[in-house]
Amino acid sequence: MHGPSVAGARSGRSRLGVLARWETLLVVAIAGLVVLGTLLSPFFLTPGNFSNLIAALMEVAIMALPMTLIIVAGEIDLSVESMAGLASSLIGFLWAAGVPLTAAIPLVLVVGALGGLLNGLLVARGRLPSLVVTLGTLALFRGLALIVLGPRGVSNFPPEFTALGFGYVPGTLIPWPFVIFLSLALVLGVVLHRTWIGRQTYAIGRNTGAARYSGVRVIRIRTALFVLSGLIAALAGIILTSRLSSARADAGAGMTLTVVTVVLLGGVNIFGGSGTIPGVALAVIAVAVMQNALRLASVTVEVQSIALGLLLILSVVIPNFAHQAKSAIDRVRGGRPPPADSVRRGEATTG
Amino acid sequence: MSDSGAAVATLSVRSRGQWLAVVARQRELSLVAIMIVLGGLVTLTAPQFLTVSNLSQVAVLAALIAVAAVGEALVVITRNVDLSVEATMGLVAYCVASLLERHALGTTGAIAFGLGLGLVLGMVNGIVVTVFRVPAIVATLGTLSIFRGIDYLVAGSHQVPLASLPDGFTNPARDSVLGIPIFVLVALGIVVIGSAVLRSTRFGRQLYAVGSNPEAAAILGIPSRLVVFTAFSVCGLLAGVAGVLYVMEFGTINGTSATGLVLAVVAAVVVGGVNIFGGSGTLVGAALGALFLGFIANALILVGLSQFWLQAIYGLVILLAVSADAIIVRRIQRATAARRVR
Repeated sequence: MHGPSVAGARSGRSRLGVLARWETLLVVAIAGLVVLGTLLSPFFLTPGNFSNLIAALMEVAIMALPMTLIIVAGEIDLSVESMAGLASSLIGFLWAAGVPLTAAIPLVLVVGALGGLLNGLLVARGRLPSLVVTLGTLALFRGLALIVLGPRGVSNFPPEFTALGFGYVPGTLIPWPFVIFLSLALVLGVVLHRTWIGRQTYAIGRNTGAARYSGVRVIRIRTALFVLSGLIAALAGIILTSRLSSARADAGAGMTLTVVTVVLLGGVNIFGGSGTIPGVALAVIAVAVMQNALRLASVTVEVQSIALGLLLILSVVIPNFAHQAKSAIDRVRGGRPPPADSVRRGEATTG
Repeated sequence: MSDSGAAVATLSVRSRGQWLAVVARQRELSLVAIMIVLGGLVTLTAPQFLTVSNLSQVAVLAALIAVAAVGEALVVITRNVDLSVEATMGLVAYCVASLLERHALGTTGAIAFGLGLGLVLGMVNGIVVTVFRVPAIVATLGTLSIFRGIDYLVAGSHQVPLASLPDGFTNPARDSVLGIPIFVLVALGIVVIGSAVLRSTRFGRQLYAVGSNPEAAAILGIPSRLVVFTAFSVCGLLAGVAGVLYVMEFGTINGTSATGLVLAVVAAVVVGGVNIFGGSGTLVGAALGALFLGFIANALILVGLSQFWLQAIYGLVILLAVSADAIIVRRIQRATAARRVR
């Protein structure tokens, strides 16, 4: 746990203290929620329940991984939920048309990468704001999903396919999507924290201009990140279709909010330049445990969105206050004041 | 762009830059021109397009979106964004309908409550953004979820049917004065008052200043946070107005009413030529953007395309509008830069 967070902080601002504390805070929060859940229901701490609470959040968790890289690079991708819906829609359409799944799945993944490429080209080469571009593709991809499948659902998938989202690793209660999430987290964690691609991603997020003058291929990396995001969102859509054993055009609606919440709760700075994959993985567990505890307290899924929205805002407010408190202490001790937030905000919007 | 000092050598570059500047500044005119051409084409295939009843139906729905889009434009001009407008509209719509159903307040009381609620929700956004310094995108994505959650909590599975609203409450959606639908008059009134405020009051100029250069605005002593807070508050209030109009238009209201409308509102603002980087744009543009989208939606149905195409076309329209803005702005910059070099 400690190693990667050191790497993130080293390549991020000198915020080792705050980041380490943030991840410790998450562990404490998870422990508190587990105790609360156990008090609420004796079934909370059983392997079966844990397996369920993790499985229900895996599509969000998988999409949160590329989102982490994109937010570290100072951008955002709001279109992931619609890409998941388009993937679900396409897989249902192709299966209903008699295309074998071994051909349909790669095809859908290619469509995901192409959708990501569209975002990437408009943002990186066209220098358009990612907020508006991905808001546009949020509507565009969902619209395409509706055009492809309409209001119907396709549900007669073969058991080999539904086992992908619904089944467990033989002999255990570990759901397959969790295995996929862990492998992706491992790969992207190594890429972000141990390779030049990761270092350049942090550099772009901290100061795009400086990164460009230092020889970072800003356009290429930004485009690649959006392609990755589209590809993985399509994968999440396939897993969702498999887990629900039903393909629908409205699959994944509203998931972007949870994805962004998980990423920011994981300690990723919304202005870019800092954040770690292990932090985001911890946040996935925290959100899964929270949702499960709320469900055991018989709070409906719809009303849970209040908790999720609060969590999203608090995950920005708390580090802000921590940072302000820290700089106040530094000032009292006579240290050098940290750079003002407004400067970084400017970088993020014009970069 | 100054007119003096035109050298012959720079004439072609200049005139091109100026021509584009004219197009860019006249987004309102180009929108109207596109609508006239499109309208002509649609009328050829579907003659019922050009009837008074159809056009006023388009205008009434567009007016509802335009009211919310004017509020959104105020926020976008300050270089922020409000994604929670649809949740504000939905919550206000349900509360107003529910109050009317229970005869808790009079009709005027219920409407006043709805507008007050919209204002309060807008102020909440403003406080989260300016006091807690959460970026607008995160703050309003969060409040979108929170307001919608409250809507579910209040409404449960209950639906207020049209029949339990007081007699005549939904009439304003169909009535007109001097041949102009009441909804359109409301939207026009808001656009006229808002434009006057933006053009000739200190607050209006401060709004543009904060959006076009926050650092310079701060140096000039403009109370940026107060200006942004006010923009969010007014946006909430106008979303409240749109919520009340929503009840009048649709009558049957539940906890999911107005879901997904934020895309139409933001699309209207972007299409209307309000710069997403802040600092420029007009309320007339935002309202015309809403009319343009309503127009396209109507044309689609008349031409016989399924309504499933609508969302994809909204998305395409957003992408085209931001791309066009960026291209025009860059050409102007290049043209003026070329002139300066010579």
